[in-house]
Amino acid sequence: MLTRLTSPFRNTTGMARWLLIVGLMMTAIFLFLAVFAPLVAPTGFNDSMMNGKEIADNQAPSGTHWFGTNDAYNDIFSRTIWGARTAVQVVLFSLLFSLLIGVPLGLVSGYLGGWVDRLLVFVMDAMYSFPSLLLALIFSFLLQDKLGGGIMPAALSLTVIYIPQYFRVVRNTTVSAREATYVEAARAIGAKDRTIMSKYLFGNVIQSVPVIATLNAADAIGTLAGLGFLGYGIEPGEAAEWGYDLQRAMDEATSGMWWQSFFPGIAIVLLITGLTLLGEGLNETINPSLRKRRITKVVMPPHTPKEIAK
Amino acid sequence: MTAGGSLPRYIVQRLLLMLPMIWFLTTMVFFLLRVVPGDPISAAFGDKITEEDKEARREKLGLNEPLWKQYLDYFGSLLRFDFGHTFRGNKDVLDVIIDKGGATLTLSIGAFAIALLIGIPLGLLAGRMRDSAFDVFIRIFGIFTYAAPVFWMGMMLILVVAPTGWPTSQIANPSTLREVPTVTHVLLFDSILDGNLVAVVDVLIHHALPCFTLGLLLSGVFIRLVRVNVLQTLKGDYVEAARARGIAESKVVRHHAFRNALVPVITVIGLQVALTLSGAVLTETTFGWPGIGNELIKFMGQRDYGAIQGIVTFIAIMVVLVSLLVDIINAIIDPRVRY
Repeated sequence: MLTRLTSPFRNTTGMARWLLIVGLMMTAIFLFLAVFAPLVAPTGFNDSMMNGKEIADNQAPSGTHWFGTNDAYNDIFSRTIWGARTAVQVVLFSLLFSLLIGVPLGLVSGYLGGWVDRLLVFVMDAMYSFPSLLLALIFSFLLQDKLGGGIMPAALSLTVIYIPQYFRVVRNTTVSAREATYVEAARAIGAKDRTIMSKYLFGNVIQSVPVIATLNAADAIGTLAGLGFLGYGIEPGEAAEWGYDLQRAMDEATSGMWWQSFFPGIAIVLLITGLTLLGEGLNETINPSLRKRRITKVVMPPHTPKEIAK
Repeated sequence: MTAGGSLPRYIVQRLLLMLPMIWFLTTMVFFLLRVVPGDPISAAFGDKITEEDKEARREKLGLNEPLWKQYLDYFGSLLRFDFGHTFRGNKDVLDVIIDKGGATLTLSIGAFAIALLIGIPLGLLAGRMRDSAFDVFIRIFGIFTYAAPVFWMGMMLILVVAPTGWPTSQIANPSTLREVPTVTHVLLFDSILDGNLVAVVDVLIHHALPCFTLGLLLSGVFIRLVRVNVLQTLKGDYVEAARARGIAESKVVRHHAFRNALVPVITVIGLQVALTLSGAVLTETTFGWPGIGNELIKFMGQRDYGAIQGIVTFIAIMVVLVSLLVDIINAIIDPRVRY
């Protein structure tokens, strides 16, 4: 297990390895902030008090308020950290949902083939062709009326756009693995379709998922912020969200209060960059056409006539 | 030449595949926006109008008909290029689209031009100098353009540019909007047709910032694509063969590696149409750009389901049509696609 986990590091060299490590560290920092937000952030996400004192509005960054304050008397440093928690929560839920739906559908579709496969491929292709932000926007718009503007409606709206991606990858790998000898062997010893899919194919087709999941997570962060910016993300009372903060800062964009838009934005940039580097790093180790393996020195046994003579 | 590879046959095949795609997407739009809200009139107007007024509107829009009939009506209208009416003001949605579409069109085309101008040279150089400091810098730049939300990038640019007096919102000055007569509904073309040089310059100046912002987002895609393609073509046998023949390295790179690395760019332009539309919605909102995306967000704020349904239907059909167009262009350029 440990060797499998470290293989991306051992198999890469130079820049690829360096980027992978940087990506991993950036992602880890945000995960840490998300988990320990209550301990790290000086105030709650919607507090207008800090250390028993009222927060002044629209203050530039200072020793007390590292990232400044906004027009709603909030400490922006705190809101940025709480925003990490919201982003991580939404993205994890959406990944979980889209994996739970996309992977089994892809597996069944690829394994069974026939009209089920053709129909599913058609539906998924159609959804995939639609502009992703718009698709999420429509779902978020409709879900907010029914479920309110919390974490779950946002996660569900994102789920819709990522299901087709997992479906595609898993379905295509399943199609090529279906005729492999080990599947044929399993069929020969009388394994049921269910068993073949869950015991034989699943482990093999799931290999390509970590890379897409990481890259999708990066994309999801941006889409969530986009929804928030357009006013259809997380509602302000529910949690702190970077995109919403940026929408609020939009009105101040020409007034020179740069800190209100700069910090939430840079948080988005760093988290997406971290996840992208991580995903690309993993991809370079998995995709042989991009891989540059680390050259390990081959130690040849001493080759002297004397030894052979022995 | 076999029959399977003929161009007209390929086009007909793609056209036939396109129809079910449009059917599925529009059906999805119908069920999402007509059925999910329950009673769209109440959702749109709340308590602002009387119950009789609501009933009259429902009757007029055909919302009291059974669902299957509404569905047939929706399709019947689509065949006549009728995208329905807005709830407020009862405007023809197609008129809204024609009126606002021009701004979205020129924004997107300008953005693509900038994306290609930035993306292709940087991608070629980064791929050529793999793992050098320049390559790392360009890759990080490419990731940054992708990682930075387009609206945030726009806001940062506004912060920087606004103090200089350069316009950061709207498509033109009010005087230009008053002076230029509407002919094509594309303000840039109208200004040119009018022969009004001041207006043309004014419109172009207003385009600069939004086009650059959206172009930056798209450029990342091209940088990454071109870079990876160069890496792969440089590994190709024909590149090796060219080197073995003693052709100068610079010539090998330019003629053998670069040219082939650029072929997939055309395909990817087509694939980016969806991303461009997503980006355009955000860019338009950031810059107060009078395009379809901005209009859609306004209608969403008013819960105007009639307008939303019409605009989304239009976008769905456009996406399918553009991908068809790109496939056909690809087939003309690269005969392998036709088989």
